[in-house]
Amino acid sequence: MRPDRAPWWLKAMAGGGLLFLHLPILLIFVYAFSSEAKTFVWPPPGFTLQWFGRAWARPDIWEALSLSLRVALIATLVALVLGTLCAAAVARTRFFGREAVSLLVVLPIALPGIITGISLRSAFSLADIPFSFWTIVLGHATFCIVVVYNNAVARFRRVSGNLIEASMDLGATYGQTLRHVILPNIATALLAGGMLAFALSFDEVIVTTFTAGQQATLPIWMLEELVRPRERPVTNVVAMVVVLVTLLPILGAYYLTRGTETVAGSGK
Amino acid sequence: MSVLADSGPRPAREGVGGRLSDLLWRRPGVLLALLLVPPLLWLGVVYLGSLFALLLQSFFSIDEFSGVIDRTPTLKTYGELLRPANLDIIWRTVLMAAAVTVASVAVAFPIAYYAARHARGRWKALFYLGVMLPLWSSYLVKVYAWKLILAKEGIVGWGFDSLGLGRVLEAFLAVPGIGGNSLSVSPTGTFIVFVYVWLPFMILPIQAALERVPDSLVEASGDLGATPGQTFRHVIWPLALPGVVAGSIFTFSLTLGDYIIPQIIGTSARFIGLAVYQYQGTAGNVPLAAAFAVVPIVIMGSYLAVAKRLGAFDAL
Amino acid sequence: MTAAVSFRGVSRHFGTVKAVDGVDLDIAEGEFFAMLGPSGSGKTTCLRLIAGFETPTAGRIELFGEDVSGRPPYRRAVNTVFQDYALFPHLNVLDNVAYGLMIAGVPKAERRRRAEEALSMMALPGYGGRKPSELSGGQRQRVALARALVNRPRVLLLDEPLGALDLKLREQMQDELKTLQRKVGITFVFVTHDQGEALSMADRVAVFNEGRIQQVGSPEEVYARPRTRFVADFVGGSNVLHPGVAALFGGRPAWASLRPEALRLGPPEGARITGVVTAARYLGAATRLVVDLGAGAPPDGRSDVAVLVPGGHPVPAPGTRVGLAWDAEALHPMATE
Repeated sequence: MRPDRAPWWLKAMAGGGLLFLHLPILLIFVYAFSSEAKTFVWPPPGFTLQWFGRAWARPDIWEALSLSLRVALIATLVALVLGTLCAAAVARTRFFGREAVSLLVVLPIALPGIITGISLRSAFSLADIPFSFWTIVLGHATFCIVVVYNNAVARFRRVSGNLIEASMDLGATYGQTLRHVILPNIATALLAGGMLAFALSFDEVIVTTFTAGQQATLPIWMLEELVRPRERPVTNVVAMVVVLVTLLPILGAYYLTRGTETVAGSGK
Repeated sequence: MSVLADSGPRPAREGVGGRLSDLLWRRPGVLLALLLVPPLLWLGVVYLGSLFALLLQSFFSIDEFSGVIDRTPTLKTYGELLRPANLDIIWRTVLMAAAVTVASVAVAFPIAYYAARHARGRWKALFYLGVMLPLWSSYLVKVYAWKLILAKEGIVGWGFDSLGLGRVLEAFLAVPGIGGNSLSVSPTGTFIVFVYVWLPFMILPIQAALERVPDSLVEASGDLGATPGQTFRHVIWPLALPGVVAGSIFTFSLTLGDYIIPQIIGTSARFIGLAVYQYQGTAGNVPLAAAFAVVPIVIMGSYLAVAKRLGAFDAL
Repeated sequence: MTAAVSFRGVSRHFGTVKAVDGVDLDIAEGEFFAMLGPSGSGKTTCLRLIAGFETPTAGRIELFGEDVSGRPPYRRAVNTVFQDYALFPHLNVLDNVAYGLMIAGVPKAERRRRAEEALSMMALPGYGGRKPSELSGGQRQRVALARALVNRPRVLLLDEPLGALDLKLREQMQDELKTLQRKVGITFVFVTHDQGEALSMADRVAVFNEGRIQQVGSPEEVYARPRTRFVADFVGGSNVLHPGVAALFGGRPAWASLRPEALRLGPPEGARITGVVTAARYLGAATRLVVDLGAGAPPDGRSDVAVLVPGGHPVPAPGTRVGLAWDAEALHPMATE
């Protein structure tokens, strides 16, 4: 079917749908500059840059940001290792229970986040594990594995099994094959998977509320501001920064996996 | 050395790496175990263990006076689910999930259809990113954006006022059951935000299903005398249905488990997610929260069983 | 002289599937050897057993008299040209060719020189800087050959080497592979499902079916004197005669094969066997006729035979009754299986 055959109303509905998806996010950008401090009045009575300075000077925001970045970093590293191992096993070999393993990997994200959250909380309470930095990482790594896994498994399938055999046929051991053939071929997929995992963790709030105790990641900080607003314009600024920070890894992952049959991101 | 040794220098395979490699070649099971044990250990212990803990908690009960959790197995907590107030919550949530799902299909289909069957080249990439970016954008920011939009003095109210339709909005908000003080504290607001936030999850599987419909089928249908409407009804829709069902799994499941949207945008009426959150938090009634959390698992389990029959998993 | 490759009672079973079942085989040094058979006949598994990608469930595999059954691929002096070539997509052509040398620890300058030499031998000088994705199918195959040969293997394995090429290139590569093998002088073992390829290139052919070897012999032997009905059928061309029909032709009452070019046409009068021409297919250098022998043909065997009429001879039209003549030694009885 050629592009020009689309009727106008279909174009309008598709285009309108895309606008519907994007306008609310763009609106945040406008509000971040609004000079009105108390209400969400539209149109903004004036524009100012003062809230950026105000947000910059808030130590609680910096603490939350730092916690979020550290959690996302560690959770991504754990997910990278576990997701890649799992993808290698599922894509490269046939074994009894393969389907069950892929289901197990997907489950933490297929079930509603609140289930994962309350489950972890129940487990922590039964095992008397106090909330800490590591309980947050534990939860995040669990649902980040699937993102890495999806990217890696697609790439492993694309890297023909013959490449590994060819390498060993030419004298390379498993270790040398891993270094000279497998890693160079899956590197971009892992990088993309890692970026998406990072974005997912950086943004996660539902599971985190159950595993964080008294600590606030940036999303938790935002959630508290939404429920009990203190300084609305500062929240606007943080919201805008969060959008920009998550945008970069997503775009990066997209460009890394462009042109392959499975593009990053379909796994969320 | 053997006759097979060639004249070149000795390669690295004679070292420790070579011996380890020999072991892996002789015992492929060891290699598989090395790959599988760490992730299975993590997911098995951390995740399945936690799910099991959740299930276990739901069979505990709470002493209503002291607030102490009694760890003797009982079905009492599940019995509490059947109280009218709690049944109300379940019913309200399922209804909302169903409404959100239907609305998502309606909004998502044209986007998916255009992206899959008309957009080419740059436009295709644009549509792809156009769906992917909102999907991955911060969930809280999206919810917050709608708080701004739906607020009494926000852009929607301003739009109605500018068009001189302020009274229409007021009349709508006066309708009991769907209205409220402003859109941001009405069930309609909750509904809109749910649809908005889960919409990409509906677009992607429908698009994937539609991509797989060969053009020749549509042309054959037209060739056999079908109008575009008939072709849609008899050819495209049935083939897109697995994608729709796959998308509905997401929208349904996500709505069932969400507790943030109804808390920020909506009335004080509770949904399953919010109930779970509040019972385990302020009320400290973890057993009841756990039992409530089992409800979406059961609903989604039966939903998935039906969806599997309809072939929805091929479109994931 | 010890054989280059020996199979001693080798089996490879996958669960209940007997991919290779009790194979005994000797491939001599310097031979161009073909493993021929339909898909699933076990020929590719045999190749993978030599390379070390599979291990035998029973029996042993020897290379130059040494048991290598327990040795991984990187400890065998054989190299493989894969069906899809398996060139490393992240390396350029030169690094692909030099991969084995790099792994073997050959110094950079020398492996570069040897890789370029190998590329020149494969008529690809100056292609080293390109990526495999920028090459045509034929060029990729040459790179794959160079990548294997640069390691100076004692046996070269080729998995369906011509399968991915188009017809014209395939015929050209048949000649080139043959010339190449003579030039490097090492043992070539190749797997194919195309009997024409096997017969035209190989010094000897092993015909596989259901995990077993049906016959090993020179192309002439396999073609003219198929040992079993399967070989006669698969290698093709020959008439497979039912025991009853074989008796008609003066042979023992057993399954027999008779080459179409061994049959001559004559007038029906006075001929021992007559039949009616039912179809004719012009092949250029000859015409292939199908002659129906008519009544008396057994129900479970073919009642017609193919006859090859060389160019220049008159070709009777379909419907014509003809007589058949043949040399008695052309009739070749087969094993009963």
